[in-house]
Amino acid sequence: MSRIQERLNRLNGDKALVTFFTAGDPDLSASKEIFFAMEKSGADIIEIGVPFSDPLADGPTIQSSSQRSLQNGTTLKKIINLVAEIRSQSELPIVLMTSFNPVFVYGQKKFVADAVAAGADGVIVPDLPPEEADEFLGYTNEKQLDMIFLLAPTSTPERIKWVGEISKGFIYYVSLTGTTGMKTALAENLQEKITRIKNKVRLPVLVGFGISTPEQAQEAARCADGVIIGSAIVKIIATCSDAATRNRNIADFISGVKKSLTHSV
Amino acid sequence: MKPHEQPDSCGHFGKFGGKYVIETLMPALQQLEQVYEDAKNDLQFAKDLNYYLKHYVGRPTALYFAQRLTEHLGGAKIYLKREDLTHTGAHKINNTIGSALLAQRMGKKKVIAETGAGQHGVATATAASLFGLECDVFMGEEDMRRQTLNVFRMQLLGAKVIPVTTGTRTLKDATSEAIRNWITTVESTHYIIGSVVGPHPYPMIVRDFQKVIGEEAAEQMMAMEGKPPNTCVACVGGGSNSIGLFYPFLEKEEVCLVGVEAAGLGLDTNQHGASLTKGSTGVLHGMMSYLLHDEDGQVTEAHSISAGLDYPGVGCEHSYLRESGRAQYVAVTDEEAMEGFKLLSIQEGIIPALESAHAIAHIMKIAPSMKKDDVVLVCLSGRGDKDVNLVADKMGVSL
Repeated sequence: MSRIQERLNRLNGDKALVTFFTAGDPDLSASKEIFFAMEKSGADIIEIGVPFSDPLADGPTIQSSSQRSLQNGTTLKKIINLVAEIRSQSELPIVLMTSFNPVFVYGQKKFVADAVAAGADGVIVPDLPPEEADEFLGYTNEKQLDMIFLLAPTSTPERIKWVGEISKGFIYYVSLTGTTGMKTALAENLQEKITRIKNKVRLPVLVGFGISTPEQAQEAARCADGVIIGSAIVKIIATCSDAATRNRNIADFISGVKKSLTHSV
Repeated sequence: MKPHEQPDSCGHFGKFGGKYVIETLMPALQQLEQVYEDAKNDLQFAKDLNYYLKHYVGRPTALYFAQRLTEHLGGAKIYLKREDLTHTGAHKINNTIGSALLAQRMGKKKVIAETGAGQHGVATATAASLFGLECDVFMGEEDMRRQTLNVFRMQLLGAKVIPVTTGTRTLKDATSEAIRNWITTVESTHYIIGSVVGPHPYPMIVRDFQKVIGEEAAEQMMAMEGKPPNTCVACVGGGSNSIGLFYPFLEKEEVCLVGVEAAGLGLDTNQHGASLTKGSTGVLHGMMSYLLHDEDGQVTEAHSISAGLDYPGVGCEHSYLRESGRAQYVAVTDEEAMEGFKLLSIQEGIIPALESAHAIAHIMKIAPSMKKDDVVLVCLSGRGDKDVNLVADKMGVSL
């Protein structure tokens, strides 16, 4: 059983909290501190973002974060090394989130082999839909790296079924028709949409995009198995100039969200 | 599968093309495929499209024998396919009229577009105005500075021009921003892509709307010369005018097809837009194609004097034609393009768009050594009015 599955099975009715940060923003050693601050404050799974020059699914917050990281010279190779360093000190599930081009240029097979050897447990490639994923899925299935596919409010019943069959670890439900980033309100019909998916797939369904407060997390997790929070954390990272404040603010924020998920039924 | 039968049902041209986009957009792409398939089989759609192409766009455009240019270069006979004579002054309108009709068919009341030089933005704004659709055009701030005239034209036509301030503030970033906007508005909005790029079915649809260029030219050439051209030449940024010219000739293997990319400040610098000549396979803006990117897969900046060629990617069908050897791709520099721009103006009284001037610059190189009864067919994709300020600036003339 993968670390992701195991962790999700252990929650016993509590909702999962997945947290995101862009590797290399502000720099790679800070990324390590951020990871452990997240782990200590209650994250169940941590998504490490690979920066890309043209992230099409991201709103301004994560776009800027990617730019800062790339300006610092972050590469996919360095991020895989970061995963290996973290893995030597932590058993928390790690998911890499990346646009396809960096993986394609690195070499799909080599990427999967190196990511698994470093200790990564899953991968999310938003711009690699099932239609284009045959080759990549061959490698991830062989090496047992969980390939997590996305579903969206626009997904048809056929696609929900298809993604449900090939996704591993969990399903990433994109809560809104839009890019990543904080929103003042959750999408309408969110519960209905999630229920529609839950009825069709066996995997846990986690909700991301546009969730930034404990209240929104609690609401979004009502029918889902957990939530994914990215931009709200990336914004804390972007606005704190000293490391101690940054790590403390991240921890406070995550504890708050975790609490809202633990007490929700 | 033969070259002219591409793409396959999944939108692949060989290994290129495809649909590399977030799940949110996949159902809209499937819907577009379906609607386009239905439209293709609907005689009324063809009738409507042809009506507007004839009475509104001004098709067929002339095929013009450039006699003075031919004599000046002293070799092959040069024919110009005059897309610059269409309404709005560039070939882009062929696609936007067809795409706006598709938007109507889907019941979508709003269209969005990206633009580099502003030609596609103007053509989209024009079609939107014609069919009473709301229109937002995404344009890089740098391009807005280079193409002030077109920005104002779009505004006059009732479109909203949205400045894009990310990255290099040019066509690449405008395209990314248009896609991001579409992810958000997909349920009510149709995205009209300006070139043979993007996820399937866009490269196929845009090609199909542009192939009228080559179809007309082939027929006109038969009437005027009694034979097909020896060589077809067109500039390639995203590559829609060139695919439009090439596609009807793909099966005629004796016709040599040459795409001309932007070599910018030179192919040995990193200031160019020559993805096919100097790039390698990658994935950007929803498709697999040749791409300018570094060893970590980060997309690099393109450069060209012409905003329409200032793009690090290229249409996936061109990548396929390059790999299969059916078409060749060359590149000419900013400086050479300027020479082409001036030469056509002086010799023929036609001021070409700087994009099209790249094609002229290439025939300046090849025509002199060709036989006098050889025929070169050049796509003059747009007129140069939009570029005169920039050219004056480069020539040190203050207007």
